[in-house]
Amino acid sequence: MPELNAIAAIAGRDLLKFFRDPGRLIAAVVFPFLMIFLLGGTLQLNLGRSAGFNFIGFTFTGFLGMTLFQSTAQGLSSLMEDRLNDFAQEVFVSPVSRYSIVFGKIVGETLVAIMQVIPFVLFALVLRVPLTPTHIALLVPVALLSCFMGGAFGLLLLNTMSDTRAANQIFNFVFLPQYFLAGLISPINVLPWYLAVLSFLSPMRYVIDLARGVVYAGTPEFGRVVLLSPATNVAVLGTMFVVFMVAGTALFVRRETSR
Amino acid sequence: MAPAIEVRELVKRYRKGTVNAVDGVSFDVEQGQFFALLGPNGAGKTTTISILTTTLGLTSGTVKIAGHDVVREASAVRREVGIIFQNPSLDMNLNGEENIRFHAALYRLYPYRPMFRLMPAAYRRQVRELADVVGLGAEVFKPVRRLSGGMRRKLEIIRGLMHHPKVLFLDEPTSGLDTASRRNLWQYISELRKQRDITICLTTHQLAEAEDADRVCIIDHGHVVAMGAPSEVKSELVREKLHIDAADRSALRRRLQKLKVPFSEDGHFVIHLDGRSAYEVVHSIEQPLTMLRTESATLEDAYLRLLAREDA
Repeated sequence: MPELNAIAAIAGRDLLKFFRDPGRLIAAVVFPFLMIFLLGGTLQLNLGRSAGFNFIGFTFTGFLGMTLFQSTAQGLSSLMEDRLNDFAQEVFVSPVSRYSIVFGKIVGETLVAIMQVIPFVLFALVLRVPLTPTHIALLVPVALLSCFMGGAFGLLLLNTMSDTRAANQIFNFVFLPQYFLAGLISPINVLPWYLAVLSFLSPMRYVIDLARGVVYAGTPEFGRVVLLSPATNVAVLGTMFVVFMVAGTALFVRRETSR
Repeated sequence: MAPAIEVRELVKRYRKGTVNAVDGVSFDVEQGQFFALLGPNGAGKTTTISILTTTLGLTSGTVKIAGHDVVREASAVRREVGIIFQNPSLDMNLNGEENIRFHAALYRLYPYRPMFRLMPAAYRRQVRELADVVGLGAEVFKPVRRLSGGMRRKLEIIRGLMHHPKVLFLDEPTSGLDTASRRNLWQYISELRKQRDITICLTTHQLAEAEDADRVCIIDHGHVVAMGAPSEVKSELVREKLHIDAADRSALRRRLQKLKVPFSEDGHFVIHLDGRSAYEVVHSIEQPLTMLRTESATLEDAYLRLLAREDA
């Protein structure tokens, strides 16, 4: 399929750029160490016993979901950078469908996000988070769904941005509250009603909860850590993905040609 | 045979615009012609090119490229055109060949592979041949950020020609290039026109570059203000002159008056030829001349005069 060739090229470009960016490579290794070892370790020592579950595993699944979702979403903003750098002209004048361009971008940023979480999984294994080969195999489709969700969410956000400065402001505004509403590092089993409403609207909540649902499946902590069943999380994420993707692509294509 | 480019009553008004950026522009370009679209900044050239290359939607009118409508058959149009953009559109994070490979995959020319050595032999041969033709050679494998402005332009040309376009759009292709690079580039484009029956649509502020065009179209404030062969546009707007002088200026002045040739004096005699041939005028003067020089109009003269007339 000719469109698959274009999708592969667009995705391959993103992956190549990631491997050529020493800053991003170093961050991909240092960030999991800081988050799981230092933050997770500190929370486990101080709160682990009273919470009744291991905070290192809790933090690992939180940051795993967050990284997959946020990295792909923010990666989509490079479509705007391409527009500012004039490279977008080369892409948009080619006989490739706009939908394939967007999908290729999401696939590329998905691959980048998955590369970034490999050190997470390795650190988790070193810190004895109980991950079996089955868990790791199940985390692959979870990672793909989480990234695709992040890509669709990022695409929708992209239509509200005009430059990289605006992008940074919007991303901070949109992602920072979700860290707390999605239960990234602290449980959200009990929330006041207004925060519970916001939490239900946060896509990151379902991404993180799905990762936890897979890792904690069949463990005594499942009920204390996981909020919704994996099937429910998949259904919610699937619905959100379709809505965000259709609306985001339509707005993006319209914005590119109807100036 | 359908014209390579067919533009009818093209209008473009930007969403936040209060006037039309392009306002009823019409022109045709035949296959194989070298067509130049000229005009001052903000005249509507880049807007027109963007519509012709499908990167911008039109407000009204019709545009066809190689017989395909830019609105209804955008994908077919994109396969037929190559573009050298006003601002370089290379990915600085990649090397030259990687930029070309990306383009080749988008245009479905070759299956995409993550490394040059994994690409089909035909692709590797084509890249090496084109790199040699434009004088890039092995530099094509260097990171783009380490290439000079001239080399980047050549790289863009290689990229733009990979898919054998029928129409090549050059949007101020020599901006930012030094004289030598500019000359090399035009030599290559000239050879290209001879080798392939390629239609070229140029926009430029370097009017000397449009002197060799088959037709020029001058637009201002979104309107076409002149169109035709460069010689037609020049003859319509700028008079050719003959500069002469003689030791006996009084005798020469009397002779010119007798011949009823319009002239002015500016340290010497300046004759406005107005369709007469310079030979005919000189032949009818008996006095020995101490100075003889013809002044041909350039496209730039015609262009400036035309814009001044429009502004007035």
